[in-house]
Amino acid sequence: MSREAILDSIRRGLRRGPLPEDQAAMLRGRLARHPRQLIPARSRLPRPEQLALFLRNLEKEFGSFERVPDLAAVPEAVADYLAAHNLPPQFGMAPHPVLLGIDWSARPLLRFEARRAMPTDEVTVQHAFAAIAETGTLMFPADPTRPTTLNLLPEHAIVVLHASRVVGALEEAWDLLRAERRDPMTGGFMPRNVMLVTGPSRSADIESTLELGAHGPRRLHVVLVDDEGDAPAEAPGDPRAEAVAQPGEPAVPGD
Amino acid sequence: MLVTSPQFKRNAARALADAGLQKALGTTTPQMHAKRAAARAALPEFERLRDVARDIKNHTLANLDFYLETFAANVEKAGGRVHWCSTADEAREAVLRICREAGARTVTKGKSMISEELGINEHLERHGITPVETDLGEYILQLRDEPPSHIIGPAFHLNREDWEESFRRSHTDLPADRPLGERRQLMDEARTRLRARFLAADVGITGANFLIAETGSTVIVTNEGNGDLTQTLPRVHVALASIEKAVPTLEDACTLLRLLARSATGQDMSVYTTFSTGVRREGDLDGPEEYHVVLIDGGRSNMIGSEFQDMLRCIRCAACMNHCPVYGAVGGHSYGWVYPGPMGSVLTPTLVGVDKAGHLPNASTFCGRCESVCPVRIPLPGLMRHWREREFERHLTPATVRRGLGLWAWFARRPAMYRAATRLAAGTLRLLGRGRGAFRALPLAGGWTGGRDLPVPEGGTFMAEYRKRQRGR
Repeated sequence: MSREAILDSIRRGLRRGPLPEDQAAMLRGRLARHPRQLIPARSRLPRPEQLALFLRNLEKEFGSFERVPDLAAVPEAVADYLAAHNLPPQFGMAPHPVLLGIDWSARPLLRFEARRAMPTDEVTVQHAFAAIAETGTLMFPADPTRPTTLNLLPEHAIVVLHASRVVGALEEAWDLLRAERRDPMTGGFMPRNVMLVTGPSRSADIESTLELGAHGPRRLHVVLVDDEGDAPAEAPGDPRAEAVAQPGEPAVPGD
Repeated sequence: MLVTSPQFKRNAARALADAGLQKALGTTTPQMHAKRAAARAALPEFERLRDVARDIKNHTLANLDFYLETFAANVEKAGGRVHWCSTADEAREAVLRICREAGARTVTKGKSMISEELGINEHLERHGITPVETDLGEYILQLRDEPPSHIIGPAFHLNREDWEESFRRSHTDLPADRPLGERRQLMDEARTRLRARFLAADVGITGANFLIAETGSTVIVTNEGNGDLTQTLPRVHVALASIEKAVPTLEDACTLLRLLARSATGQDMSVYTTFSTGVRREGDLDGPEEYHVVLIDGGRSNMIGSEFQDMLRCIRCAACMNHCPVYGAVGGHSYGWVYPGPMGSVLTPTLVGVDKAGHLPNASTFCGRCESVCPVRIPLPGLMRHWREREFERHLTPATVRRGLGLWAWFARRPAMYRAATRLAAGTLRLLGRGRGAFRALPLAGGWTGGRDLPVPEGGTFMAEYRKRQRGR
């Protein structure tokens, strides 16, 4: 079988048989400890500066943002963004409990459906699990409350992010995922998909000149909720327990 | 893919005369240098990260059997399947089998160099399945039936007029008088066309930049988002990966990611770095229901334990070709196979044979820039030198070159004779070339003067000058 042929060939090259048990145990130990390697110092900053670094990097990568004092201010921020870009007041939204818990009736003209993205969505609203100051990156682990297509299909991707979820280095974001998530299938922490998104989609394939909006969103807009102090960690366990909307029954509370 | 590496010299001559290519190379190369240099300057730890990355890859290669088995076990735990393939043939068959079982008619594809290496598109087409390249650069190459000329900017040899011409010729259902003069218009047209293909595809095939053993994840890194649409929308996701892509943990991948985009495009991080782990979970509203990893050896395991093992550290950033004066002059197609530039000059002879690709390790000035920018510190000139030695040992070097080298070696072992001969030769040339700065032609040196002038020697030989200076101290 090819599996054995490949492994044998590797071992021949390494001039040994299968790893002796003590060495295999050592490697398993390394996997279990997953030691951190050298982490650049740039993101080791006092808290407010770390947040500022994230926002600076987000803008450097052609993302935009608006800071709001609390979740109640999100509908207005979304409505303002849509108006400023001449977009119709409708969007597909992640069926995430935090987003569903917002009182959207403050902006009665906004129409949305809580579901995965549809090809016709011009705008979507997604919820970020965490963000990384080092590079201005957003982290989206897929689960029933955070469909992947919301990050990909619209022209304008709006993301709600809690300031308390901005970490310094990429490793710290993995730490959050390791601590807070349990995958229903593997028992590990890794969901089916984790997207690390740094700015809107782009390509330089035509004459090595950058253009935004190649296949994914042309614009990436973060609504940053200033919640420092009352950090809402994501509860570990089955994420479906948090999901209000189930597949096939889109929740439309703001309609 | 057809190997035209044996015709390197002819390819290179054609490339030098190609005005469009020379324009593209001339404008892009300085930008590439500046972008990487700026990214490196902005990260004080960059050089230390290169050491760490080298060590991570070396550690992984020394235990590659363990990490591949761990990776495969974790893929299966997440509901995926791993197809181990020793050869390109096995891999093509595995991909075809998966597509057939899925009843696939069209297949979308993310950019993947291993797919080019395997010739997946041709194989699927022969069996009635339509592959659609979705990376913007790969898409136009598919329309033009051309191979990529660069591993991260596959169409960077083309100019805007080429794009416009291809789109008008291929998208015949659109109004012939539509404006396409601007990059934005070209990109929008491609976006609209490909969006329809993404939604219709039955299977999505991507490559993988890394395989994470700890979690059983395949990782893709893109800027366009086409790779993500490819692997998210169809019912079946197939990730193609060669065995050396393994890394132990997410933390190890962090280090490699910090170097990859900076070395490639000068970005701190590419736009989309995506970790795929198995199939759609219960309750998920999107994502593939089947997940396959086609794990390909394709000659790589033979490199382990050989003098070419270091090459398996390569993370395909393209910094070596971006900084290579030879690549900068002749572009990627001249190299005649999938991987151009210095990394290709080492890898291609390994994978297709030095008898076919012997020109490539010779197409180097050994200036060492490739090694100086390689994020995983591959000693590329040293590896090319190994190939030159092997080529010589296997008597693949042309007879005149062998005779010349033999003559040189005879003199080199007799220092007094060597000095006398060089003194004589330099003196003769000086005499012959009196009054002109350089020779435009010279008997027996047509190979040199055909492409450039030979300067007339000035002053004494190196040894004579050296002695004079020693005396003067």
